[in-house]
Amino acid sequence: MNVEKALKRTFWIAGVVMLLVGAVGWYMRLKSGHQDANYGSIVTWGLWVAAYVFFSSLSAGLFIMAALHYVFGVERLRPVARPALFGAFVALVMALLFIWVDLGKMSRVTNVFIYANFRSPMAWMIWLYTAYMLLLVAILWLSVRRDLALRADSTDTRAGISKLLTLGFRDVSDDSDVRDRRLVRRLSVVALPIAVIFPAGVGALFGVVGARPAWNSGLTPLLFVVSGVASGAAALLFFSAIFQDGIRQWSGTVRLLSQMLIGLLALDVAFQASEWIVGLSSSAPAHADALGLIVWGPYWPVFWIWQLGLGVIVPLILLLRARHHTSIAAVATAGFLVAFGLFGLRLNIVIPALATEEIAGLGNAIASKRLQVDYLPSLMEWLVGAGILGLGLLMFGLGERYLPADPLTAPGSGQPATLGSGDSSTTATSKDSHVHI
Amino acid sequence: MTSRSAAQEGSPTPTTVTLPWPTALLDDGRPEVSRRDLITRLTGVGAVGLAAALAAGASIGVLTAPVAAAAGVTRKFRYGMVIDTRTCVGCRACVVACKAENKTPPGVYYTVVVEQPNEAADGKPLFMTKPCFHCENPPCVDVCPVNATFKREQDGIVVVDYDRCIGCRYCITACPYGARTFDFGEMYSGGEPGTAWGSAPSPEYGQFRVREEGASPVGNVRKCTFCLHLQDDKGQYNKGEGRWPACAKTCPGQAIHFGDFKDPQSEVSKLIRSNNVIRLKEELGAEPNVYYLI
Repeated sequence: MNVEKALKRTFWIAGVVMLLVGAVGWYMRLKSGHQDANYGSIVTWGLWVAAYVFFSSLSAGLFIMAALHYVFGVERLRPVARPALFGAFVALVMALLFIWVDLGKMSRVTNVFIYANFRSPMAWMIWLYTAYMLLLVAILWLSVRRDLALRADSTDTRAGISKLLTLGFRDVSDDSDVRDRRLVRRLSVVALPIAVIFPAGVGALFGVVGARPAWNSGLTPLLFVVSGVASGAAALLFFSAIFQDGIRQWSGTVRLLSQMLIGLLALDVAFQASEWIVGLSSSAPAHADALGLIVWGPYWPVFWIWQLGLGVIVPLILLLRARHHTSIAAVATAGFLVAFGLFGLRLNIVIPALATEEIAGLGNAIASKRLQVDYLPSLMEWLVGAGILGLGLLMFGLGERYLPADPLTAPGSGQPATLGSGDSSTTATSKDSHVHI
Repeated sequence: MTSRSAAQEGSPTPTTVTLPWPTALLDDGRPEVSRRDLITRLTGVGAVGLAAALAAGASIGVLTAPVAAAAGVTRKFRYGMVIDTRTCVGCRACVVACKAENKTPPGVYYTVVVEQPNEAADGKPLFMTKPCFHCENPPCVDVCPVNATFKREQDGIVVVDYDRCIGCRYCITACPYGARTFDFGEMYSGGEPGTAWGSAPSPEYGQFRVREEGASPVGNVRKCTFCLHLQDDKGQYNKGEGRWPACAKTCPGQAIHFGDFKDPQSEVSKLIRSNNVIRLKEELGAEPNVYYLI
């Protein structure tokens, strides 16, 4: 437990420090607009857009994992269904913050609803994630409402906030429980296709750009979905292995997640290989050049070391070697590395495809740092990113603290799920029967 | 010449940027009746006040009214250029003229001269001035999530509505020709707000905006407009009156020919009929309205 406590303390400290550091970045961003950013008019999108793609796909991936339980009744995923739902919500909030701060005119964000142009994949993407977010919040609330109501009447220190979060719906009868579960299932059935289409829509946003050969492929949307689900499984594996003492409590869940992750990684590699083999040996040089920039260009370590080495090969070895997936270190490291590697993938999707002169000589035509093909994020970009990450960590921590875990007891037992592992008074019995987000 | 070499180096010296622009416009010797009037008005009312009034009240109207009026109306003009790389010497006067006309900040260009080695000419460089091509099928337009950029129905000029653009920069990624740049809000040294250059309003779109931190067009995507603010009420340009895109008007080698491709007797129509012309990246099907003679 000491390890878990230390990890938790690290988690909170990291969250607070990153949020504070991020405040400096946000101040710089709001004070002088985009002047402190390093992207320009050739590499128009940078770290933030890559982070947006990563976290929005992660959100969809986490939701799809939760839907496996809520829609398809995969019982072994039940312990992680609520953390997955809440994680999907947090990741979506982070994604939207990343793309919002990237806008030239942050105050005009409502224009995307008022003047939507449905010939643009970006407009589709925005409407899809709006629908997705509304459904996600509804599903999340319905899945915890009864437990919140139960806790509101208890002597728990969190009774007050639980009461608030029930929004006044405090029926704790078995009927209400049955009704909530039915609604969760029905809404999940609606939300699941959206959660698949929405990362595909983000992929299509890149895929339709005929001017950028590296993006312009029918495989792009599918790649976004596969890597989104892989990042969702990886994140859940990481959290359930470390944060819930899950290896001991739900070894079945961890084992399932590990196996799914191996499968998803294999699928991801197959998709990537298809894209690379066709692209790099394309008879039209433009496509091969753009992809070659990723593999042999200045960003080669991101591809070979970060994305492929740390993100695929090492975790595959760890997962395949960890028999029965009982080693916390191996499984957690694998989960973390896959998610981390997929972030490298996002950087590699967004940046190198832009880092080419569309007209030869453009990068030297004007001596301006806005017209260069080289891009590395600026301090301000890193700080803003750290701030959003810190906020995400804190939100997730607060969710773990204040949202009730899924009681593994039968519905109607009347026993409120009360404890998160944040409590120092965690007892053996509560540990057995609760999931900590 | 000072300004020319400065632009070549790309970091314009104060010599370039602090040009007292009204004087420069009056001194160019061409009859500039409408602009003379405007300048008089500007000095009378106060440039900033007028610009603010125009920006607040008239901007959307100026930009979108012609479109609304022309909805369903057949295209009147198809403006475009024929650029003769054989006579271009790479002086970049067009770049400077465009900067002076549209008051574009650092990092924002509407036309730019790229230099490419030309193996067919013993490695002597090939210079190519490259404005926006105002494509017939502009790849940048459809991707805009808020319809802030569009191709004007009456003359095919691709414009940006500064009051609607959210600055997502999707259009920059979609343009195959690098014709769009993002306004990061940077100023030339000596061109900060309050200075003569810094408070010179840009005539683009007839909106006369003065750049200020946080106010459009800062944070917007910007592009060449074929100097559409020089059109008359009927949407026509007039070379003799100086109402002509600044780059074409300035080019000392007369390498930039501007005109209406819809008019078979226009100079540009004749040029593309009687020469071997190329357009860039034809394979994309964007159908640029700018041709090159090589």
